[in-house]
Amino acid sequence: MAQKKASQPSSKTLPKASQPYSKTLPKASTGIQGLDEITGGGLPRGRPTLVSGGAGSGKTLFGLEFLVRGATQFGEPGVFMSFEESISDLTKNVASLGFDLDRLVAEKKLFVDHVSITRSEFGETGEYDLEGLFIRIADAVQRVGARRVVLDTLEALFGELPNPGIVRSEIRRLFNWLKQKELTTVITAERDQPDKLTRHGIEEFVSDCVILLDHRIREEISTRRLRIVKYRGSTHGTNEYPFLIDDQGISVLPISSLGLNHDAPAERVSSGIARLDGMLGGKGLYRGSSILASGTAGTGKTTIAACFVDAACRRGDRALFFAFEESPQQIVRNMRSIGIDLEPWVRKGLLQFHAARPTYGGIEQVLLLTHKRITSFQPSVVVVDPVTNLLMVSTQNEVRSMLTRLVDFLKTQGITTIFTSLTAAGALEASEADVSSLMDTWLLLKNIEVGGERNRALYVLKSRGMEHSNQIREFVLTDDGLRLLDVYLGAEGVLTGSARMSQEMREKAVVTFRRQELETRRRELERKRRIFEARMVMLRAEFEAEEEIIQQTISESELLGQEVAQDRGQMVLSRQADSSSYKKEGRAKVAPVR
Amino acid sequence: MKNSPKKSVPAGKRKSELAGELEQSGSNSRQAKYVLRLYVSGSTSKSALAIENIKRICEQHLKHRYDLEVIDIYQQPSLAREEQIVAVPTLIKRFPPPLRRLIGDLSNVKKVLFGLDLGMRQ
Repeated sequence: MAQKKASQPSSKTLPKASQPYSKTLPKASTGIQGLDEITGGGLPRGRPTLVSGGAGSGKTLFGLEFLVRGATQFGEPGVFMSFEESISDLTKNVASLGFDLDRLVAEKKLFVDHVSITRSEFGETGEYDLEGLFIRIADAVQRVGARRVVLDTLEALFGELPNPGIVRSEIRRLFNWLKQKELTTVITAERDQPDKLTRHGIEEFVSDCVILLDHRIREEISTRRLRIVKYRGSTHGTNEYPFLIDDQGISVLPISSLGLNHDAPAERVSSGIARLDGMLGGKGLYRGSSILASGTAGTGKTTIAACFVDAACRRGDRALFFAFEESPQQIVRNMRSIGIDLEPWVRKGLLQFHAARPTYGGIEQVLLLTHKRITSFQPSVVVVDPVTNLLMVSTQNEVRSMLTRLVDFLKTQGITTIFTSLTAAGALEASEADVSSLMDTWLLLKNIEVGGERNRALYVLKSRGMEHSNQIREFVLTDDGLRLLDVYLGAEGVLTGSARMSQEMREKAVVTFRRQELETRRRELERKRRIFEARMVMLRAEFEAEEEIIQQTISESELLGQEVAQDRGQMVLSRQADSSSYKKEGRAKVAPVR
Repeated sequence: MKNSPKKSVPAGKRKSELAGELEQSGSNSRQAKYVLRLYVSGSTSKSALAIENIKRICEQHLKHRYDLEVIDIYQQPSLAREEQIVAVPTLIKRFPPPLRRLIGDLSNVKKVLFGLDLGMRQ
């Protein structure tokens, strides 16, 4: 309870001396990367710890690193009792790991004693005890003021001394004595049978902490594992943890101790492809998220990743590119062909490549290397290209658990990561199902095969926490980068390549035709109007002509009428006849009146 | 075992090797002198017993031709390291060769004599 992982600093910052992670059980930090995390602070302080493992599993190195780190990092001098290797061999063996035993010995931080006994010299003549060993340890402890002791393969005594009964009881006495002296002790033991921890069963004397180291070969690839078999009075990780021995000693990788408590930044970063950002809610990817770009061979996965890296470097962010398939030079050359020049970023130190075939080491080697590179370079963007290559060195199960750890680690560090993944054609979504659940954003790249050609298309299959386009988009690799094209939909879905081009042309033709037709109509209308107007002018002229004639006729006949009336009046006046009958007939009557 | 290896060792070689260590105690100069070191730890009963046993054996079998030194490794822990002492008591026969190391309290006289190449004599 007290040593909850969340409260612990990350693996790169080692706690000062031994912090009391538990109230009940004080612990001594080993300084071995990752081990303190899974043990919740280190080995039980002042008590013996048994480290058991087969030949070549790293027991001696474990012990030595425990002492060297104790002496150099925590101010706790140590004593190394070697029952197998000579002092000069030991010194030489660990010099490659950067441990300078001679210097530590000269500085009185370390005391190395080689206990060498050869059976042939001995004859047993009566009762004996191992007081000689006790005295040597006690003297060594006193000389350097040691707080830590390593007994490297104590069980060698069984092979070299007569009367195993005495050796057993003396070893039991030794453990009690070490405990009484409050020395934090590591006792290594050889494990030669899978059902036993040690050859001579000395684990029964060590009740506090037992660590098992394992070096196994599976499918020709070696993997190292560490497991805490028991740890009395303390919670601890119970899984098998992969570990690696490299030029910096042992690194143990916690599998799940990181937990799911990373921050979720709302900040968005560009994917390096403007229109892809557009598809992702217009703002790009979340910082610290993990992105999977999966697709069949040749769909442009690496290119997508390179665009992303390029954009990050432009922002001034650091980027780390894990290339499991191509050499850095090859990637730089290939990307230059599409107008992305990564070389300046490499020169400026913003971009680092790490290229290696994963088959070079085991899966944990890859994982630990990844961790180490990330921890030392502190990038804000990481590319793993491609994750599927890891499947070559391990089982699906292990790759998934490794990726889980890697993704958790990256998220804790707030690093945005693109994983590319090569999928078999035909099983695009299914084959990724296990990996994809770890990812926040999944870009699916595919080749659309239509009309005798293959064209690249991209769509966002999922993107947690943002609105995103649901459209399949075609993209092309041009001289100046990767470009997403406009969408052309045809009867069979998105049109790509020449189908798209012909569709584009067809659409252009239709537009032209329409424009021309419109023009024609407009002209016809104009013509009609002109005809109409011309006709109107003519009609008007005709009408006017007619009107004139009619007017003329009217005025003529009016004139004529007046003359007739006048004449008739004259006549009436002159005749003076029938005046009453004329009255009834209106005009005729009036006229005569006038 | 043969009882004559002491004789076969040339005196000159012996001298040069062990000049500092040899103490003149011998009466019988023709027989090689035994150089024995007994490493014990303090005054435990096992230590006392071992000292008692080796003294008796020497007196019985190597009278006047042995050099026995008893070393308490509590007093000189670095000697324990140099001599690769793990179990105590340990008796080291330095001379004559071959070098022999006998562990235990030396109560098994037969084994002790055997280890000191004195087995046949008894």
